[in-house]
Amino acid sequence: MLAKRIIPCLDVHEGRVVKGVNFLNLRDAGDPVELAKFYSAQGADEIVFLDITATHEERKTVADVVERTAEEVFVPLCVGGGIRAVQDFHLLLRAGADKIAINSAAVRTPSLIAQAAEKFGSQCVVLAVDAKAKANGGWEVYLNGGRLSTGIDLIEWVTKAENLGAGEILLTSMDTDGTKQGFDLDMLREVCKTVKIPVIASGGCGSLEHFADVFRKTDCDAALAASLFHYGELTIGEVKTYLNNEGIEVRK
Amino acid sequence: MIGIIDYDAGNLMSVRNSLRYLGFDCVVSDKPNALSECEKLILPGVGAFPSAMTKLNERGLDEFIIKSVDKGIPLLGICLGMQVLFEVGNEVDRASGLGLLKGEVRLIETKYKLPHIGWNSLEIRNAECELLNNVQNNSYMYFVHSYMCECFEPSDIVAIADYGEPITAIVQKGNVFGCQFHPEKSSDIGLKIYENYAKSKM
Repeated sequence: MLAKRIIPCLDVHEGRVVKGVNFLNLRDAGDPVELAKFYSAQGADEIVFLDITATHEERKTVADVVERTAEEVFVPLCVGGGIRAVQDFHLLLRAGADKIAINSAAVRTPSLIAQAAEKFGSQCVVLAVDAKAKANGGWEVYLNGGRLSTGIDLIEWVTKAENLGAGEILLTSMDTDGTKQGFDLDMLREVCKTVKIPVIASGGCGSLEHFADVFRKTDCDAALAASLFHYGELTIGEVKTYLNNEGIEVRK
Repeated sequence: MIGIIDYDAGNLMSVRNSLRYLGFDCVVSDKPNALSECEKLILPGVGAFPSAMTKLNERGLDEFIIKSVDKGIPLLGICLGMQVLFEVGNEVDRASGLGLLKGEVRLIETKYKLPHIGWNSLEIRNAECELLNNVQNNSYMYFVHSYMCECFEPSDIVAIADYGEPITAIVQKGNVFGCQFHPEKSSDIGLKIYENYAKSKM
């Protein structure tokens, strides 16, 4: 049967990986290609590059990173951050990306989802959503890393995005992100109940148990983490061994 | 030299990267002339069945592929490239495929989510197939698809993957091979499949 996926996310700024990465055995721990190879060798099921500069010039820098990674890393590559138009999809897919994550641009121009899905296939259109709990129940979609409120209801948004042709949802909880207290299970469960496309859980993971929780208590297909892996608190190998021992199917 | 058939399929460069990484010479082309000297062919594929057939036809590649297979040149179809080896597709519209393998391509019937995206394990039915040299049963491969090949000749099935129904994962009939998953995205074990193909003595 289908294995649950474990996905490391690398923040890339001007072609370099940011956030403290302290692996001693890498020649250059700031090089996205080196780091992607390292994670792939550990058993990462997919790699996400999040371009945090995302100016027009930067798009070419990220495309170059993707191109060099795709020459040596043979697992799916997803790229997000600042994607605005179908041309961005074209550039990055041609460089070797398998999936493109769109966030703000999809909120501002939802038709971008449909255009990209029609041109390149739903399988490469990942809707990234950042959401926060509302005071009176439910969740609201936020932009700019949780700073900009949109007034859009999360459940309505993911339903619309699925209908427009999104192939996967990468859902980050602004309430749990950075807390290391565990994934936002209520929110993830509700989104998994709403859509039929795969959901990637993000935000809040701090321990092995949190990975088991998200797969046991929600229908999420994958779990994404960043600093947990970058700071070497857990390795992907440890997560997979743990999940396997817990009876959760992962790729060994 | 391995020829990678170019008809605007999305995963072309990933397939080329895998072969280069493994140290095999390859050429990417949409021209039958440029591919006619190749000892082996790979037909990649991401997209929809009818438009793939149209694109192959516009370039005269459908005829070229059928003639090459007749001459005994090995052919490996990947994902949609495997699906078009069959007689008929039912994605968007009913459309004729290359007809090199008996069967139809239809939507997966499952209680699970579609598309079938992610790593699924192989259940090997025919370990004799050269693609599977040193590939263990239950090896995980990366799949991305909603349609599957229904093989009318069960003996063509080399491996399946379970996704609520048995998904045809690898097929072989003589010199015609197909993989529903993406070896170029299936890490070391996926590369092993390309290596086996490149080294096969067909």
